[in-house]
Amino acid sequence: MKRPELAFVWGGILLFLGVFLASQFLNRYLIHILVLIGIYSIATVSLNLTNGYAGLFSLGHAAFMAIGAYASTLLTFPLPLREAYELPKLPWFLGGPDFVWPFFPALCMGGALASFAALLIGAPVLRLRGHYLSVASLGFVVIVTTLAKTMKGITRGPMGISAIPLYTNIYWTYLWLFITVYVIWRIVHSRFGRAIMALREDETAAQVLGVYPMKYKLFSFVVGAFFAGVAGGLYAHFTKAIRPLEFSFFLTFQIVVMLILGGMGTTAGPIVGVVSLLTLRYALKPLEEHLKIYGMIELIYAVLLIVVMLWKPEGIVGRSPGKKKRPTRVLEGGGSHG
Amino acid sequence: MFSWGYFLQQSMNGIILGCIYALLALGMTVVYGILRLINFAHGSLITVGAFFVYFIFFRAGLSLPASVFLVLGFGGLMGLVLDTIAYRKLRGGPEVALLITSLGFYTFVENFMKMVVSPQPYAFKTPPYLSIMYKTQFLTFRSIDVFIIVSSIIIMLIFHLFVKKSKMGIAMRAVAENLEIARLMGIEVNRVISLTFVLGSAIAAFTGFLWGAKYGQISYDMGFLTGVKAFVAVVVGGVGSIPGAMLGGFVLGLAEILSIAFLPTRFAEYRDGIVFAILIVVLLLRPAGIMGVKEEVRV
Repeated sequence: MKRPELAFVWGGILLFLGVFLASQFLNRYLIHILVLIGIYSIATVSLNLTNGYAGLFSLGHAAFMAIGAYASTLLTFPLPLREAYELPKLPWFLGGPDFVWPFFPALCMGGALASFAALLIGAPVLRLRGHYLSVASLGFVVIVTTLAKTMKGITRGPMGISAIPLYTNIYWTYLWLFITVYVIWRIVHSRFGRAIMALREDETAAQVLGVYPMKYKLFSFVVGAFFAGVAGGLYAHFTKAIRPLEFSFFLTFQIVVMLILGGMGTTAGPIVGVVSLLTLRYALKPLEEHLKIYGMIELIYAVLLIVVMLWKPEGIVGRSPGKKKRPTRVLEGGGSHG
Repeated sequence: MFSWGYFLQQSMNGIILGCIYALLALGMTVVYGILRLINFAHGSLITVGAFFVYFIFFRAGLSLPASVFLVLGFGGLMGLVLDTIAYRKLRGGPEVALLITSLGFYTFVENFMKMVVSPQPYAFKTPPYLSIMYKTQFLTFRSIDVFIIVSSIIIMLIFHLFVKKSKMGIAMRAVAENLEIARLMGIEVNRVISLTFVLGSAIAAFTGFLWGAKYGQISYDMGFLTGVKAFVAVVVGGVGSIPGAMLGGFVLGLAEILSIAFLPTRFAEYRDGIVFAILIVVLLLRPAGIMGVKEEVRV
């Protein structure tokens, strides 16, 4: 076994030891926060593949999480409650009306559906310059929340679905986080990873070397969406209630801030970002409630984002790129045509 | 249920919404043309402008022309501040840094407004001389509708002439064409970019006022979707083309209103979804937009 793999094995054992100790000794509120940290970490680590390593700037994570959340909720929703909540029974190809999916396959299905949506969005948009992806994926968030609000027969519209069975616990969350980190790490340290990073650095040069941009970009976008879908499913089965409102632009924004604060394109960065920002959020929560200035935390997030972008764009973990050794290309046009 | 009167009426509504999108798209397309920046912060100017007018016109009781000039000035100032404290520092770095920062600015302004003016929407009363009803055989409209169309056309004409004829406008186009060569030709690139932000932001703040006067309601988050839709208009019309941006605005406004007007009522909630579906279809079929030229990647 190679050394990094061994590190993952030991890391995994330590992680589960830690999780076990945490679940035994910490109170419920702290475990609640730990689970949220885990779920946000899955989302942020997967966003890192797209936004950090591949250099695409997707703002669609909330949409993929919504897809995962609704899909796994609908698949696992208990039979006796379906009638009362006016939720549809499963069609035959999903197991028939008397079938309820177990948690794990339902999460995977949610992730797969999110991936499929990413494929549909990515295929037209990723052929174009990177920026179109930001707007199109943001638009996709709007489309998904609109659909979640309007398809009342499936999603119950704006009031959302409640009484979702509580399946997510700290073990499930950190198991998935472990899987996510490992898969992304493997991708990044493989041919695929080198290809997407080459595309990020210089698309034309990478193309000249035989890297076909569309394939690799789409791949990273789709994989990122899968784990976002899983994170959404975990979230739904953790909070036990989902509404279209929760999967708005602001969810995407939070994940983006966490990623950028931690450091895009680093392994530890996203997790550092999530831990620090969620800790900050829960530390400030009593203050916010005491002063009754709701929105203060969002304001702080926005300020942090701007401050990080202006003074430390590589984030907490990332190393400063230093001086680039590239010859100055005068005729390029200051990055405006790159 | 199709009738020409209804069609005309709805088309006029579409054109008015199109005017608003077109005005916003103007500012976004010039900024995108120069910096390759999707300026999310543009949307925040709509909110800020609308509330600015609300406070100086309704609360402080200034006259309408004075308010209009003040809001233009205020928007321009905001644009200048934004450019000076943030965007200037990031130029030359990765393009995505600008995008992220503008996103941060948008969220900052939105949450700041939420704290200052409260999350409840405000009623924006149209002044009486702007809400006179006119009825003709085909159309019913208020004077505010005329005001929006006329002022939009005036702004677009001035902007067009400015960009085509004035020295600064020519410099602007040169910078958009090739920033580095423009600098070598002795153009003060930073000044040109600042001016671009000032103009775009001033127009956006004014648009906020138009929005409030037309739809009667303003809220802290009104700018977000409107701003993003304005960028959709830019893409639909053709990135980097000023006439394209205006055309895109009108196309989008008409498509949005007419699709609600002629689809069954239960589709009304799909309004925002429809706009972005249009975006994805345009990107699929004609990525360069209606009037745009295919973007060449130079090495």
